[in-house]
Amino acid sequence: MDINKKIESLISENEVCLFMKGTADAPQCGFSMAVSNVLKHLNINFKSVNVLEDENLRQGIKDYSDWPTIPQLYVKKEFIGGCDIIKEMFEKGDLKKLFEDKKII
Amino acid sequence: MALPVEEIKKLIMDSIPDATIEIKDLMGDNNHYAAVIKSSQFNNISKIEQHKLVYKSLKGKMGNELHALSITTEGK
Repeated sequence: MDINKKIESLISENEVCLFMKGTADAPQCGFSMAVSNVLKHLNINFKSVNVLEDENLRQGIKDYSDWPTIPQLYVKKEFIGGCDIIKEMFEKGDLKKLFEDKKII
Repeated sequence: MALPVEEIKKLIMDSIPDATIEIKDLMGDNNHYAAVIKSSQFNNISKIEQHKLVYKSLKGKMGNELHALSITTEGK
């Protein structure tokens, strides 16, 4: 399957989709862990996609988003940001507001 | 592979000449940094676009030679 199609189906089928290193239960990078913990803290149900299991996906998601780092958070098909942006939004209360605006919570 | 602070600053300044940059070497290993970058180029664009400008200035090094650079951006 074409990698962009695979990414599109992942972000279409999962309202909150986190591309990360490792899994939500066993993150393998501090940045991925930080975002995963923020989502858990807000009680968000999310799909975590482990890019370490698929080298095509690991590069593919960087190209798709035009963003060079992992983790990457998508909400309702929209790219929200990487670790720094998510942490900053969380600290300002903007992340919770985004989930409310998008009717996730 | 590591990238020294001065080189990171230079790369950013080359693309964003009015940038005010503070970089901390978090672990003292030339590999885990936190940067606060202020520029008028960040005015009125989204956080994602701001961070993309910084990533572009690093010319593909982010995620390669440069593993960990935490970025905070602000307009000015």
